[in-house]
Amino acid sequence: METVKLIIDNKEVEVPKGTTIQKAAKLLGIDIPTLCYMDLHDLNIENKPGGCRICVAEVKGRRNLAPTCSTRCEEGMVVSTHTVRVLNARRTVMEFILSDHPKDCLVCPKSGNCELQSMAHRLGIREIPGQEYAAMSTYRKDFSPSIIRDLDKCIMCRRCETMCNTVQTVGALSAVNRGFMAAVAPAFEQNLEFSTCTYCGQCVAVCPTGALTEINHVPSVLRALVDPTKTVVVQTAPAVRAALGEEFGYEPGTLVTGKMVAALRALGFKYVFDTDFAADLTIIEEGTELLDRLTRHLKGDKTARLPILTSCCPGWVNFFEEYFPDLKDVPSTSKSPQQMFGAIAKTYFADILGINRKDMVVVSIMPCLAKKYECQRPEFSVDNNPDVDFSISTRELAAFIKQANIDLKTLKDEEFDAPLGESSGAGVIFGTTGGVIEAAVRTAYEVHTGKKLERVDFTELRGLEGVRSATIDFNGLPINIGIAHGLGNARKLLDDVRSGKSQFHAIEVMACPGGCIGGGGQPLHHGNSEIIKERAAALYREDRQKPLRKSHDNPFIKKLYEEFLGKPNGEKAHHLLHTHYFDKKKKIMIKQ
Amino acid sequence: MSSIKIELRKEDVDFIKGVCDSFKNDPQELINVLHTCQEHFGYLPAEVQEVISDNLNVPVAKVYGVVTFYSFFTMTPKGQHPISICLGTACYVRGAEKVLEEFKKELGLQVGQVTTDGKFSLSSLRCVGACGLAPVVMVGEKTYGRVAPDDVRNILKEYE
Repeated sequence: METVKLIIDNKEVEVPKGTTIQKAAKLLGIDIPTLCYMDLHDLNIENKPGGCRICVAEVKGRRNLAPTCSTRCEEGMVVSTHTVRVLNARRTVMEFILSDHPKDCLVCPKSGNCELQSMAHRLGIREIPGQEYAAMSTYRKDFSPSIIRDLDKCIMCRRCETMCNTVQTVGALSAVNRGFMAAVAPAFEQNLEFSTCTYCGQCVAVCPTGALTEINHVPSVLRALVDPTKTVVVQTAPAVRAALGEEFGYEPGTLVTGKMVAALRALGFKYVFDTDFAADLTIIEEGTELLDRLTRHLKGDKTARLPILTSCCPGWVNFFEEYFPDLKDVPSTSKSPQQMFGAIAKTYFADILGINRKDMVVVSIMPCLAKKYECQRPEFSVDNNPDVDFSISTRELAAFIKQANIDLKTLKDEEFDAPLGESSGAGVIFGTTGGVIEAAVRTAYEVHTGKKLERVDFTELRGLEGVRSATIDFNGLPINIGIAHGLGNARKLLDDVRSGKSQFHAIEVMACPGGCIGGGGQPLHHGNSEIIKERAAALYREDRQKPLRKSHDNPFIKKLYEEFLGKPNGEKAHHLLHTHYFDKKKKIMIKQ
Repeated sequence: MSSIKIELRKEDVDFIKGVCDSFKNDPQELINVLHTCQEHFGYLPAEVQEVISDNLNVPVAKVYGVVTFYSFFTMTPKGQHPISICLGTACYVRGAEKVLEEFKKELGLQVGQVTTDGKFSLSSLRCVGACGLAPVVMVGEKTYGRVAPDDVRNILKEYE
């Protein structure tokens, strides 16, 4: 490999040709600040608009300052990253950005977690000159079922645009207008609700400021908790336990399952259950569906469409309803674990308690923002009473715990309640890319072959590669499995399905890069993809520690079918646990 | 932001498709496609952008982003008699701005707007290459030179 030698801040470094100054500096332990640049290396995601100009440095012989995020190293270059000229320029740029930025840090939802705020602090900005002359641009706020857009706080880093277009290929957001009126917005500056947005929340996950945040449902949950007529039940998604700790100072990848359960109980939830239980249930339903379609397909039944696509991710469901409505009979009809849980809680469990579903409030803790939209879908309610009343993100839960004066670190581990709190390791790994299909394989293999699996760890299905494939031997029958995470990767597999080229029997899709562990509702990774790797490792660790690792071995699942549901994919199961999809291709609505 | 709702006729859609085809439906040709379509329709309403987006396989948000970035593109239709006031250096120093103000006052319009009867629209431009006649006003294809604010009413009268 061709390399170049250069000097940065009087230190020599040798790097491969094409390396940017910023990356070369990092090797020397020089951390050049930036606002717009973002590199999620392990996920192959980079945002490099060279727009904020915070990362500038002086290059000997060059007239102007160089943006180090997008300037490549050259042989013999001499770079200075903290001369008076550089520091002044950086400060001036920052002051310009701040002169057009609201000064409501004290009450901003991003306060304490805001990259702009941290940068102002790091650069030692103590006043913002020129404010009296600066015209503040103002935009109306946009409230969607999942995401709030407050474009007054946008600094045009365009990370959201990269996520929405390059990574997710959703194309809901684009830079529009110019000058002071420049903003990132949907087509015709319509509200997000009328755009092609899937509510995956990846724009929120990367926004450095308070311009993109989630709808906060904590006040509604609090009101339900203090209402003596309501029985409040909570479910926690697998990916939450692997990330919640980060908000309380734990190292990324620390599992806080027991403490999370204790905190939820302390918050006043009457029953603390686990979405992992519903994940096991999903596997039984989805696995049965897979085997049914597969068997019919092998017998030559043309109506049995393959591949089967997983349907537990609501961002993904929104995506194919928008972009692939012609394929809406291909995904599994199984509801997502969140909705399966809600349906069972408000029937089976409400019956056990002897209460009316209207007196039960189901709250879900999710790593996801699309779940907020999903639980509001009309098909998931009975007589206007939703199966899941409120969905709050990992971040909202962390804030709620802090508001309630609960010191998570000192809590003793507690166990989930029965009967909807017991889960297998298969349910746990739902939270990471490849996990759903691995869980499905564990069950489908044993059901199909009648044999016990020698090895439950399918490492060939794991990893962070955007599109992965593997062939699993089902006792002589090779099953081709495809995995995609990130909607842009999913689109590639879907295009093949549409054109009839796909050779897969089953495909798992998760909308967010990394799966739910990288969800839009998780603690912010601030561009560090190591955190996402650590969270995945944590889930696989929890899986290994579980006495039961296959969904169909979960005794509470068996009991649920015996006492209540009947057969998998049976009539009752179909009524409660399955759904159907819609053609939601957006027609542009013109505002009058 | 356009507030006009239009319904494209089949031949309009076919025209846009034809334009996109002539540029091989290449997303890189978006600006050229927009250019040709604006020449044809006089402006770029949302519906036209939507059809372009479909054909070039570019998100409609991106198309809108480009339309709003370049001041040449417009989402409001031009009037029957589009009025353009030159604000280039020569015209500007000889009082073009006062002429513009007068047009604004007479028509009750801002730059980029069109009268409710669709008769006049108002825009500004940068230099038509007739600096000797500064300040210059164009109405449709017709050029008026050495325009003073007092002339504005008479110019408009010609089109009544």
